[in-house]
Amino acid sequence: MAAKGRIVWVSGPAVRADGMSDAKMYETVTVGNSKLVGEVIRLTGEVAFIQVYESTSGLKPGEPVVGTGNPLSVLLGPGIIGQLYDGIQRPLKELSKASGSYIGRGITTTPVDMTKKYHFVPKVGNGDEVSAGSIIGTVQETDLIEHSIMIPPDHKGGKITNIVSEGDYDLETEVATTEKSGQSIPIKMYHKWPVRKPRPFLKRYDPTVPLLTGQRVIDTFFPIAKGGTGSIPGAFGTGKTVTLHQIAKWADSQVVVYIGCGERGNEMTEVLVEFPHLKDPRTGKPLMDRTVLVANTSNMPVAAREASIYTGVTIAEYYRDMGKDVVLVADSTSRWAESLREMSGRLEEMPAEEGYPSYLASRLAEFYERAGRVRASGSPDRDGSVTLVGAVSPSGGDFTEPVTTHTMRFIKTFWALDAKLAYSRHYPSINWMNSYSGYLADIAKWWGENISDDWLSLRSDAYGVLQREDTLKEIVRLLGPEALPDEEKLILEVARMVKIGLLQQNSFDDVDTYCSPEKQYKLLKLLVDFYKRGQQALKDGTALADIRAMSIVGSMLKARMDIKDDEMAKLDQLDIDMQEQFKSITGVKVRN
Amino acid sequence: MSAEGGVQYSKIAEIKGPLVIVDDVSNAAFDELVEIETNEGERRLGKVLEVGNGKAIVQVFEGTTGLSISGTKAKFVGKVMEMPVSKEVLGRVFDGLGRPKDGLPDPIADKFIDINGEPMNPEQREYPKDFIQTGVSVIDGMITLVRGQKLPIFSGSGMSHNLVAAQIARQASVIGTQDDFAVVFAAIGVQYSEAEYFRRSLEESGALKRSVLFLNTADDPAIERIITPRVALTVAEYLAFELGMHVLVILTDMTNYAEALREISAAREEVPGRKGYPGYLYTDLSTIYERAGKLNGRKGSVTQVPILSMPSDDITHPIPDLTGYITEGQVVLGRDLFRQGVYPPVNILMSLSRLMKDGIGEGSTRADHGEISNQVYDAYSRAQEVRALAGIVGKAGLTEIDLKYMDVGDVFEKEFLTQATDENRTIEETLTILWKIVSKLPKNEITKIKDKFIDQYYQGK
Repeated sequence: MAAKGRIVWVSGPAVRADGMSDAKMYETVTVGNSKLVGEVIRLTGEVAFIQVYESTSGLKPGEPVVGTGNPLSVLLGPGIIGQLYDGIQRPLKELSKASGSYIGRGITTTPVDMTKKYHFVPKVGNGDEVSAGSIIGTVQETDLIEHSIMIPPDHKGGKITNIVSEGDYDLETEVATTEKSGQSIPIKMYHKWPVRKPRPFLKRYDPTVPLLTGQRVIDTFFPIAKGGTGSIPGAFGTGKTVTLHQIAKWADSQVVVYIGCGERGNEMTEVLVEFPHLKDPRTGKPLMDRTVLVANTSNMPVAAREASIYTGVTIAEYYRDMGKDVVLVADSTSRWAESLREMSGRLEEMPAEEGYPSYLASRLAEFYERAGRVRASGSPDRDGSVTLVGAVSPSGGDFTEPVTTHTMRFIKTFWALDAKLAYSRHYPSINWMNSYSGYLADIAKWWGENISDDWLSLRSDAYGVLQREDTLKEIVRLLGPEALPDEEKLILEVARMVKIGLLQQNSFDDVDTYCSPEKQYKLLKLLVDFYKRGQQALKDGTALADIRAMSIVGSMLKARMDIKDDEMAKLDQLDIDMQEQFKSITGVKVRN
Repeated sequence: MSAEGGVQYSKIAEIKGPLVIVDDVSNAAFDELVEIETNEGERRLGKVLEVGNGKAIVQVFEGTTGLSISGTKAKFVGKVMEMPVSKEVLGRVFDGLGRPKDGLPDPIADKFIDINGEPMNPEQREYPKDFIQTGVSVIDGMITLVRGQKLPIFSGSGMSHNLVAAQIARQASVIGTQDDFAVVFAAIGVQYSEAEYFRRSLEESGALKRSVLFLNTADDPAIERIITPRVALTVAEYLAFELGMHVLVILTDMTNYAEALREISAAREEVPGRKGYPGYLYTDLSTIYERAGKLNGRKGSVTQVPILSMPSDDITHPIPDLTGYITEGQVVLGRDLFRQGVYPPVNILMSLSRLMKDGIGEGSTRADHGEISNQVYDAYSRAQEVRALAGIVGKAGLTEIDLKYMDVGDVFEKEFLTQATDENRTIEETLTILWKIVSKLPKNEITKIKDKFIDQYYQGK
């Protein structure tokens, strides 16, 4: 029984409607004569409090409000990849057909093309037992994505009857029917799922495989695991968006969901322009063939910004259920929190810190808990993961504000961006003293098996140099560098080399933008070896000036840009050159 | 802005700060334009902020001074606020609500446009990448501006932001094009003398006939400032996307805008965010700044250079902070440089242009532009560290290489940064000075430039 009421009050995105006793919490409703989309967020007697996902300019009390009977849901099926959606899964391309360059209101579209035919290959036969989540067939969605057609998660299961033979079908075709206790249910290539409800799975695993992003400061120093959670807070201008774009471009996942939540319009345009031309380093196919974009830019309606996070994560879970590794990047969770704050203010709820509602922490926790590496429901057995990376835009760059502090409680990798580093153009400006990763121990095994056993110890050596430098810097600040003994000056020199040669990475350089794990390992080893040989050389009486003057120093600093991923032999040659140069200076007496 | 066929209401229930609460309202819409008539027959404009249960909360742009409960009438006009536009607006001066202020009659309208604009569909945006040569070395070389960008100037009270903005407005050109361009200038609560400086500057350079001015000076009603940037941008969008012009919009001072917003929020007794500013300040500012851009299939562009003064030069204050999160970079003026008499006093380390990477390089400026500017950023930041160190240990305690960085800092400020307000440097001249700076350093220190460019341009030993 759909609720039918009338608007009694309008204030920005918040609307109150009377006569709504049949409405359910979180039911979607159409609001006003122009049929704007809204969602019920509070019920008091006959009055429903509705957040409206479109601009309410011109809306009047007395206009109708009609319930749809359904919670806010996304449509899940082939055709999602490569799309640019708004916060409630309306394709922006379709919206532009209806309203041109600007976003119009009250437009209804389908999230995917329902008439497009896909080549369906059945994976089960008539009479097979299936349950919720079971794969009944596949279609090739893009060159990169084989899309599994699954029995919907809320399905009771049964026997397959009437499965179609291999061939081309559109989304509305009933590709199979299930029978159970005399009840038959048709199965199509799509189903709907409410965004605020996590999709079920069989069990959760510990994340032990690193998500390789090709960014050295992340993979080598502060790694994230597949199925893990990470947060990247930073003041404006510290390079949040560039870092997130880099993760979206180069992460070794099969699907990327990128949510532009309350951010700049041009940033989404940039992704749209750039991704189709960029090639996945592992498959050579355009990156757009694995990417879904959800854009609710800062000037689009604020309530839809709140929904965009859920829309994105539900899509991510859907691809996870096919057994894929999915990365979801949300830029920025602070803008999402602000939309919560704005609606909470209009509901006249009692505010907690800085005007944010008291349920901010629990909402953040619920969101990050949707990450994980899981065994999917149904047959056949398959594992997938959703990795969640959220940007935080702390006001004034202050990490003690509520969104940052609450986020830190629910994530395991923290990449703290630093305005000082950004001002000196050290990019990515991830501060190595304030950042951390809770996955180091879990993923060390992977590096040991796939790259080298000494990865973790080399990383500790390099990190140790950075930590020593941090304390020495205080002394230098007070007394100048000449006050230090040569052993400590060497630490400063090596720290500088680690920063320039390893931590810094130029996202706009063709070679440097992505760094393979092998290259990361070799650069790391080269630097640590340099440090050890330098220490030995000093012990043997070599002058620090001679070590600094070696031509290998310059070559090592530029190796990240000069040596391509398929030229590992050149890095080995650098190692040989370094040994030779050390040999040639060892024993030279101290001058001056 | 006429008002035909509206319903008259005489019952005003409450007047509170800039707000009027109207009773017995049965047919008002959210955001609707309201005409308020005083018993003296004076007319003021307002808009509906909240409507329901027979009441409407109306924000009065010209303020509520002199309004009384008994004598005031409110009329709901039946539409949102619109700005009449046509090509004739060029060369005209309007007040903060878009009414002629130059003694001339209303321009004949080609159409009326909702001043709030609609959000551009990101899918329909064209990514901005056309380099604008401003002739100001520090901007062209280090913080490059492109067409369709929003690049604010963060300043402090008394600093030379107006000179910089006016110089950009006079000199901005895109190399190798003859496209129509226009300047839209919106004064938001600034002193009369500042607004007059812009007008004269545009007049002297002959740009006034291609300009549209909106003036809300410090003595004009504060609440009007909510509208001023919106009418200005509505005109800018019309000129850009309907007439195909490249429009540079200068909005000064956005701090006054935010304060007007805070005043309304306080009058509505909303829960404040930081420093008393409303929690929706970010969203509200974005509805102004995000109106910059380019659109697929349309010729023109809207480039924004908003100016804002940072209270106590504090960049973490909510206004610059939230602005920086929305705009595509920022040009930050430094108090130290200003005190030393440097013009333009741009602190490059805190400044940034996010769209620079796509606007420079081969085919627009020069292939080495990105790398040379990265190297100069790096070198100047080292120079600042060395200066700080020299302040403690003295010059004698510095190494030979440190001294070279000191030299870099000096050359950068004296020869690159410093220029006259009427000096218009080409991008080649700008890049030549950048190489002169880098050439002060030995080659070993140059870690961000490819060898081929070093071979070509490096002049050091």
